[in-house]
Amino acid sequence: MEIKVLGTGCAKCKALEKATKEAVEKTGVNATITKVEDIIEIMQFGVMTTPVLVIDGKIVVKGKVPSVDELSKLLTK
Amino acid sequence: MREKVITLNRNLNGWLIPALLIPIWVLTYLNLQNVADYIIDDIFGMVSGKHLTETLRFFIFEVPKVMLLLVLIIFGVGILRTYFTPEKTRKILEGKSLFTGNILASLLGTITPFCSCSAIPLFLGFVEAGVPLGVTFSFLIAAPMINEVALILLVGLFGWEVAIIYILTGLSIAILSGWLIGKLGLEKYVAEWVYKIKANHESELDSKIYFSERINAGYESVKEIVGKIWIYIIIGIAVGAGAHGYVPEDFLGALLGKGNWYGVPLAILMGVPMYSNAAGIIPIVSVLIEKGVSLGTALAFMMSVIALSLPEIIILKKVLKWQLITVFVGIVAVGIVIVGFIFNYVM
Repeated sequence: MEIKVLGTGCAKCKALEKATKEAVEKTGVNATITKVEDIIEIMQFGVMTTPVLVIDGKIVVKGKVPSVDELSKLLTK
Repeated sequence: MREKVITLNRNLNGWLIPALLIPIWVLTYLNLQNVADYIIDDIFGMVSGKHLTETLRFFIFEVPKVMLLLVLIIFGVGILRTYFTPEKTRKILEGKSLFTGNILASLLGTITPFCSCSAIPLFLGFVEAGVPLGVTFSFLIAAPMINEVALILLVGLFGWEVAIIYILTGLSIAILSGWLIGKLGLEKYVAEWVYKIKANHESELDSKIYFSERINAGYESVKEIVGKIWIYIIIGIAVGAGAHGYVPEDFLGALLGKGNWYGVPLAILMGVPMYSNAAGIIPIVSVLIEKGVSLGTALAFMMSVIALSLPEIIILKKVLKWQLITVFVGIVAVGIVIVGFIFNYVM
């Protein structure tokens, strides 16, 4: 599974990255997490609010930081 | 069938708790003054009229009052905002003519979820979709300046009249500044790479959302916004309460009162380097007015602190050249000066 966290470095973006890491550890799914900070690359996804969570090319979260439990559900779906 | 029952339950659960909480909210709100008086006069047994007594009374009354208002309104706005995503706003603004576009953008700016950390992706998303530069600016000016937190604090601490004046003049500044920026044809002062961005518009979230999820969004925004600003409000009201009891009336009247023409520009100059959100600045401004600062000057100060701030300018520097930033700051500042003068001399 390929996970991307999009965000230019605001506090929420860091929080989402951290929560995603925790969720991956908790669920034990096999995933690589990359942080995308380049704004041009972020814009390719057509989003206007950050942070964004992309799983296998699909946007699953944008503009907010879900709890680790909610993220775990998204990861195991 | 089963699916239907589950949906019904979800909706009921979503409604039930807010429906029960609202009467409790109203009762608490209506009795705040009595409770504050009871604590001060009966429990503490303090002497009415003394500086310390009145300072404490002000604090014990204002903090829960503002907090209660915040929780209720932010909850409501949180639900409302699930209907207004930035993507929908962009769709509405695409291809709108200049003046209509500016009005729409300013109105949508007040209600679309916005945080200054998203200013850049939002700006890029608008420009990329062909929303005119001036219309985009109307949005960017209105979004931080007019929001639910500012509204609650203005109503709570100044009353409806000032809140409505603030909203109407704020909207006028956003509409006219954006319109003027559009008229000036400043597109060449946007960083070149901005126009090279090609976004992919297909990757949208599925849009079906249950009402219970909207209610959850309400809870979430209360948690997030109140969690972030409560400390500013307490500090702001504490400063306000201290000044309320101790600083003599008309202390600032000589410097920033009605009689001084330079009061308004001075207030704006002081406001730009100060960075605060509405939550931190409005309680302080309420005290400024009490101590002799005229309404126009106080409004100008408040607007310049909220709408023109160095951190936001630094963020915008990533996508705009300095010429455009100068024009933007200049036009908004002039707009604020005019608002300040109108309220000092006309009203």
